[in-house]
Amino acid sequence: MSGIDSSQHPPFIFPAYQSSVLRGPTRPLFDLGAFHAAQSGAALEARASLAGRFRLGELDHDMTRNARQGGEPLGERIVVSGRVLDERGNSVSGALIEIWQANSSGRYAHKADDHDAPIDPNFLGAGRCITGPEGRYRFYTIKPGAYPWKNHHNAWRPQHIHFSVIGSSIVCRLATQMYFPGDPLLDLDPIFKAVPAPARDRLIAHFDLGVTQPDFALGYHFDIVVAGSSATPQDDHRGGDQ
Amino acid sequence: MSQASKPPLTPSQTVGPYFALGLTLAEHQSTMKSLVSSEIHGQGQPISITGRVFDGAGRPVDDAMLEIVQADASGRLDNDGFAGFARADTSMEPANSFTFRTVKPGPVRDGEAPYICVIVFMRGMLLHACTRIYFADEEANLNDPVFSRLPEDRRDTLLARRLDAADHGAYQFDIHMQGERETLFFKLPNATNA
Repeated sequence: MSGIDSSQHPPFIFPAYQSSVLRGPTRPLFDLGAFHAAQSGAALEARASLAGRFRLGELDHDMTRNARQGGEPLGERIVVSGRVLDERGNSVSGALIEIWQANSSGRYAHKADDHDAPIDPNFLGAGRCITGPEGRYRFYTIKPGAYPWKNHHNAWRPQHIHFSVIGSSIVCRLATQMYFPGDPLLDLDPIFKAVPAPARDRLIAHFDLGVTQPDFALGYHFDIVVAGSSATPQDDHRGGDQ
Repeated sequence: MSQASKPPLTPSQTVGPYFALGLTLAEHQSTMKSLVSSEIHGQGQPISITGRVFDGAGRPVDDAMLEIVQADASGRLDNDGFAGFARADTSMEPANSFTFRTVKPGPVRDGEAPYICVIVFMRGMLLHACTRIYFADEEANLNDPVFSRLPEDRRDTLLARRLDAADHGAYQFDIHMQGERETLFFKLPNATNA
């Protein structure tokens, strides 16, 4: 297994997703893993520790509250929680998860989004948290809306939340999207379908009554498995290299 | 609990066109400034690295994000006072360029040339890509165990060049996703403590 595993990840170029055609690399990758296996030491890409460097604000993980301007965001409150694991099954604590998403109407608080749906003045759609013991994380947010895009005629993105995960090295760096169970748009979405079929279900969160908070918010469970091995996560970087 | 059977990887997806909302916005909301800036502070020679990202049609990409990871000026990765990690996007500045301000890294091991690891994300990339910046004015490149083994016709794509002969700290580094000058990208090794 490696940081880029074609049986698990989408290809660089997936023609149904039009903007991949001119943006994905076309030439063979130079295999740094094979090279370093023949040498004595690991590449910086596998050694430099990125975890444990970040300090968060009190409401960073709560997108229902972190951008209020005198009111509450509109839409369905949800809780999203899960664990971050490495590919050996070890939990990854101290990882930074950054998320961003559209509001409940399917509109991003971003100047490039020209979809004719309302902005929610009390919702930014950006949050972050750091995984705790056993790699656990938890966000509060608003269920994002679906929205149209220009990839093809009548193209709509399924409801999704973008995730960025920064773990113990570049090898485990991951950007992905979390989808919702039962969304009829999934089967029509070229970004989702660029993932090899056996791996697609891993991007769909599970509704979880145990995560659901009574009288407050529905709960979804979404575990994330990153490449590489986190070994022993270290808050103190000294001695973390060898 | 921590030694479950090996779980399958979570597949990658594109960061899409609106990643700045979560990853690079500095000024949108005072409560949610990006955690990662485009600057790395530390002792050593200050440098800047400016460039653009080009698609297969030769057009500059205005919604790419680059992350860099590097050692400190003495080549150390375990310097607690040095955060060798920065992020810049091509959506904000004129001409769709990015700029990093950092210090020149030292070689991590004896016999290696200094380099900076680069991770490339953008709308249209379903999976990020990894490359490195080497410095065109470093003689050590010729003996670097990785650089010297790269295909000769593609090594130049990893070289940052001095923008100005008088300014030893200003470098240019462009990324070409496709075409004759397609940047060389790496397949990464697996285990952290390999």
